Amino acid sequence: MKVTIDGQEIEVEAGTTILQAARMIGGESVPPAMCYYSKLKGSGGKCRCCLVEVAKGSEADPRPMPKLMASCVTGCMDGMEVNSKSSDRVKEARESVTEFLLINHPLDCPVCDQAGECDLQDLSFEHGKAKSRFIEEKRTFEPENIGPNIQLHMNRCILCYRCVMVADQLTDNRVHGVMDRGDHSNISTCISKAIDNEFSGNMIDVCPVGALTDKTFRFKSRVWFNKPYDAHRECTTPGCCGKTTVWMFGDEIQRVTGRKDIYHEVEEFICNECRFDHKDPADWVIEGPREFDKDSVINQNNYTQKLDTVQIATEEGILKGREQDRKKISMPAIPLDKEEEDNFKHGNL
Amino acid sequence: MSIEAISLSGRKKLVSNKEMTFWERMYIVAIVKGLMITIQHLFTRKVTIQYPEQVREMSPVYRGQHMLKRDEQGRENCTACGLCALSCPAEAITMKAEERKPDEKHLYREEKYASIYEINMLRCIFCGLCEEACPKDAIYLTTSKVLVASSYDREDFIYGKDKLVMPLDIAMQNAQLKNTN
Repeated sequence: MKVTIDGQEIEVEAGTTILQAARMIGGESVPPAMCYYSKLKGSGGKCRCCLVEVAKGSEADPRPMPKLMASCVTGCMDGMEVNSKSSDRVKEARESVTEFLLINHPLDCPVCDQAGECDLQDLSFEHGKAKSRFIEEKRTFEPENIGPNIQLHMNRCILCYRCVMVADQLTDNRVHGVMDRGDHSNISTCISKAIDNEFSGNMIDVCPVGALTDKTFRFKSRVWFNKPYDAHRECTTPGCCGKTTVWMFGDEIQRVTGRKDIYHEVEEFICNECRFDHKDPADWVIEGPREFDKDSVINQNNYTQKLDTVQIATEEGILKGREQDRKKISMPAIPLDKEEEDNFKHGNL
Repeated sequence: MSIEAISLSGRKKLVSNKEMTFWERMYIVAIVKGLMITIQHLFTRKVTIQYPEQVREMSPVYRGQHMLKRDEQGRENCTACGLCALSCPAEAITMKAEERKPDEKHLYREEKYASIYEINMLRCIFCGLCEEACPKDAIYLTTSKVLVASSYDREDFIYGKDKLVMPLDIAMQNAQLKNTN
């Protein structure tokens, strides 16, 4: 099937969603996604961040779709034409969605441990407004303790349901979920039970905001001061790959996470033992530095990247001087010829 | 136009060591020309001032020593978010964060605070980018005339919270000022 997204054509298989097709193309036309997670079945369709305009339904029925579609749950059709970043309607819709998501989100990025790798921060950086129009008081919840490893900040939650799906699909016994309805809905454990399943730590990685963070890393450092390395260890937990990213500060491992790709999705899930219990560098085999997008804040103050020399069109003649002049710096090597010598002695005016 | 003929500065001059004529060798014209320049300067504005009696006006954007601000209730504003350290081009700022305990609510404004906050004054270039970056209005560059006090030890130039945090009496004065207004 042939799909066109922002004027870029791609061949995809039947059953591919528009978002997956856009990610195959890559670049700026990829819609942002807060709730969709390719590794979790049934995710998507909740946050409405990935809305796109379908300008042509398919080859058989070329009428445009009347409303903007959530690209993560809309399948591709043959000959479909989609406008993502190039459409003003989409841009406006994403701005509105961002504004809605930020209504109840507290402004505590300076305190939050997710700052710097937060999807909502990226989204509001690109689509957000500088000022809030919301004058009412923000919704707040009582802090709740959900165990020794995971910190829950319900105020920051955007109800994407990713963590519920992690508990459903990776662990055999889910003890937390979304309680209450409407504005009161909140992530909670049933009668404050601790979450202690071996794969529960992946909730931290899938959380797009700072609602679920690592308690062992709480306020230790900001993510951009750490140096991330790919590392692995022989993990005996069944189902755990042992491949992680360790976040180091000097010789100290401050945090262990899964390896996240450019869409902030982990490549493989890891167990709690890898994540929380092994903070000694001797436990890990360091493979090398983890690479991030050029524009990521994690690359700040990182001078190990290779930089390209800036080419200036006139550099040849001006910055370094002409070839013949550079040679003349050594006078005896290239003596002046007769005419030049005359000019030099008697003036050439 | 060829590159050789372009004068980027506009002051390109061809030099020569041509022999001088008789009049030029007398130097009288040159001396008179030089004197004229000297006399001209007698009538221009003086660049110096009579210092102890006259004092130069401070620039409105003058940036002196840093101060970590307290709010009207005397609580520290800084939440150790690290944006000042991130923006610092000289990498002079380091900090360590800690969680506020329930009985410290009168000391720190936010849930997290800087337990260690250090500025290396030998590195600092007083550019003011930390002030610019701060989301909590915590760090300010004051108009103090002393930038860095001199010392013989390098350790003395690493300013910790003892030297940087605003003294409590100034915070109280600010609160009083705000109440009267």
